[in-house]
Amino acid sequence: MRAPRKKAVRVVPSSPEISLQTIQMLAVRDKRDRTAFALLFDHFAPRLKGFIMRSGTGSGQAEEIVQEVMLTVWRKADQFDPERAQVSAWIYQIARNRQIDLIRKENRPLPEELGEDPGTEPDASQILAVEQEAGQLKVALARLKPEQRKIIEQAYLGELTHQEISTQMGLPLGTIKSRIRLGLERLRHELKDLR
Amino acid sequence: MTVITHHIPDALLAAYAAGSLPQPYELVVAAHISLCLDCRAAYEAHQAVGGTILEATAVEGVSEDLKSSVLDLLDEPVMPTPNYQRSGIYPGPVMQALKGKPPRWKSLGMGVRQSILSTGRNGSARLLHIPPGQAVPDHSHNGLELTLVLQGSFSDETGRYGVGDLEVADQDLEHTPIADEGAPCICLAATDAPLKFNAFFPRLLQPLFRI
Repeated sequence: MRAPRKKAVRVVPSSPEISLQTIQMLAVRDKRDRTAFALLFDHFAPRLKGFIMRSGTGSGQAEEIVQEVMLTVWRKADQFDPERAQVSAWIYQIARNRQIDLIRKENRPLPEELGEDPGTEPDASQILAVEQEAGQLKVALARLKPEQRKIIEQAYLGELTHQEISTQMGLPLGTIKSRIRLGLERLRHELKDLR
Repeated sequence: MTVITHHIPDALLAAYAAGSLPQPYELVVAAHISLCLDCRAAYEAHQAVGGTILEATAVEGVSEDLKSSVLDLLDEPVMPTPNYQRSGIYPGPVMQALKGKPPRWKSLGMGVRQSILSTGRNGSARLLHIPPGQAVPDHSHNGLELTLVLQGSFSDETGRYGVGDLEVADQDLEHTPIADEGAPCICLAATDAPLKFNAFFPRLLQPLFRI
């Protein structure tokens, strides 16, 4: 388990480049702020429900999963690291894990959590870098041709096997890969600091 | 610590993040990410793509009482889920598969031992213990075979694999991994099909030994 964070994030809340969701998630993580959590719920619950229903899950069961995912967001908030991930990326993985665990009725194997040195100050420029990369990724995805975008969506909804991903996704993935790579070097650097 | 030179191919990482890999492969991928910062970074980059797609998903209205019921549950005590830590050479996900206990080795002959972690329709995952200089019998397999080195090293027709290295062998590869000199080689191996041993065991014995 990662050590609890006591540090305050030196991020100006009105900063135009840090997303509202990141600020709210940090308030949930560091201050257990229920109002911020309720705002996150308003933003993510309808998206999560839409996302889960795309895999063919009915409305009622989708809401049950949304409930569990949002409760996990609250309970595992200490694992959220804005220097490595946007809130949406973090919640995406929680949602996919939950959907798979439900189908299999067991916990899927997950990597060890990285313990963070509790002494380190969060770096606002790193948080901004994450936001900017996510913005670029969004633009890159929006620029894909509809059929290419569909393949990417299917892949990340868990609808393609790894063989299908390697054969079908080559072309559109090339486009987003360059965006991913931009973030990769920074992520690697960030992770090495955490070790 | 040795430098990891054999990593997880991108398509496998994307499939892992999305959850479309069979469970035995997931175990190997999760164990490798636990040991490899490069692949952890790549994994988190795939999460960023997933997050972008989630963010862009058309919203679906939720029932009025869903929010209040979630808010009411925030203070509910939860059963702590067991958190398996790395133990010696075994990364957390392997300890989870071992349920926190040491491996139960079964001899396969010639000093080679195995400990089955899971086996079923989706394939199998097991630990292999191979004495130095000993070959894992020449084998081919029906599907993809992932082998992650946890201790020692082995070499085969495709190169040398040390601690943290992952060999990805498809069904066309007929290879003979041989444990290098030094400590016995311990690896985590996963297939999506039963292994076919060419010479070491008659195929008839396969169900008996579950190899």
